[in-house]
Amino acid sequence: MSIHHIRVTINGKLYEGDVEARTLLVHWLRDSLRLTGTHIGCDTSSCGACTILVDGKAVKSCTMLAVQADGRELLTVEGLEQNGKLHPLQEGFHVEHALQCGYCTPGMMMAALALLKRNPDPSEQEIREGISGNLCRCTGYVNIVKAIQYAAQKLREPEQVPAGSGGGGE
Amino acid sequence: MIPGPFDYQVAGSVAEAIALLDQHGADAKVLAGGHSLIPLLRFRLASPAVLVDINRLRDLEYIQEADGTLHIGALTREVDLEASDLIRRRYPILADTARVIADPVVRNWATVGGNLAHADPANDHPATMLALGAQLVATGPAGQRLIPIEHFFTDSSFETTLQPNELLTEIRVPAPSERSGGAYLKLERKVGDYAIAGVAAYVVLDGAGHVTYAGIGLTNVGPTPIKARAAEQLLLGSTLDDAVIAQAARQAAAEAQPVSDLRGPADYKRAMVETLTMRALRQARSRATGGA
Repeated sequence: MSIHHIRVTINGKLYEGDVEARTLLVHWLRDSLRLTGTHIGCDTSSCGACTILVDGKAVKSCTMLAVQADGRELLTVEGLEQNGKLHPLQEGFHVEHALQCGYCTPGMMMAALALLKRNPDPSEQEIREGISGNLCRCTGYVNIVKAIQYAAQKLREPEQVPAGSGGGGE
Repeated sequence: MIPGPFDYQVAGSVAEAIALLDQHGADAKVLAGGHSLIPLLRFRLASPAVLVDINRLRDLEYIQEADGTLHIGALTREVDLEASDLIRRRYPILADTARVIADPVVRNWATVGGNLAHADPANDHPATMLALGAQLVATGPAGQRLIPIEHFFTDSSFETTLQPNELLTEIRVPAPSERSGGAYLKLERKVGDYAIAGVAAYVVLDGAGHVTYAGIGLTNVGPTPIKARAAEQLLLGSTLDDAVIAQAARQAAAEAQPVSDLRGPADYKRAMVETLTMRALRQARSRATGGA
């Protein structure tokens, strides 16, 4: 069993720590760093509740080892809000009532963020495909799609893009 | 669910990865995208003493055509295969395959090489590569060797002919000819699930429209990925008319070895193999003759 010292930039801030090789990234985020916005759902990379961005790409953090994140840049749901201002995705989820229990919401927003970075003006079908790795058991997805459309539109208006969010329409 | 303890080593180069594999032998497992391996570790279905992480080997991530062959680096992420213009334009069967593997978030990290080397009969690339007649490059201490895909999987699930000190480094696919085409069709209950059944078909026609090459691979209807050899034989020399396609589809269904499980009874899966083979061959024919 090996222990590794890792340095990871998360939401723009450098974190360091010693991790066992077998520690999963999501457990390190939640249990060691207390970044509990990232949820654990299915534990088997099916549900997407634990989705975060690793070097700009959406990844299920239950299926990556913490040690694999060494030297990489992560964005978790805690990094969406900037200076007390909600990210357009968070605003969209609020305005469009895109959550009920809220369990899937952080992962859903991170998957949506990755989608909008790649495709700033997605069709409804593209949104549905983009979030097809993220399960919601409450909403039926209709309002989630609307929330992402809301955010997409807001992000396309450059003056509305929050600085340094790591996301958006760049 | 937390994996059992293991040592973790990052390979900084292919040579280093092979040296680590050579040192640890069968106690080591290669960690690529990890979307099959990490769940296995968590369920304690695998307990390697050492993981050799190859994710930093960026020189194994490429998609390029050279000398009549498509070269895919083993660490190529599924998302890059799916998004590649070259693949969409020249190898639509590979685009068909990439876009139905797991889900978009998984595809950001999952790799083509891992999908093959894991040798899960439910994985999608094995059938496609069997249909295409791909060759795999295994790199070991003594250098590289080429393994034809039909000799890559063994008679057991989750087993390949790679030696413990060999790394799958590249997948080679013959470039399309003027009249060739293929398709991969997967029947799945929902996004992210394994196939109820999947069929890959690839054909090459001569100038007169006769079949000079036929490849048919089956997903998740047996203990291993299945190459439907007898069905392929039926197609050779034919003009790929509807009657011979129907005959080959029946034969492919006969070559499937499905078992009844939560995804359906064996009879149903066999029937689906027939239907999917028929559709895949028709689409392959359409693509081989200039259609979509």
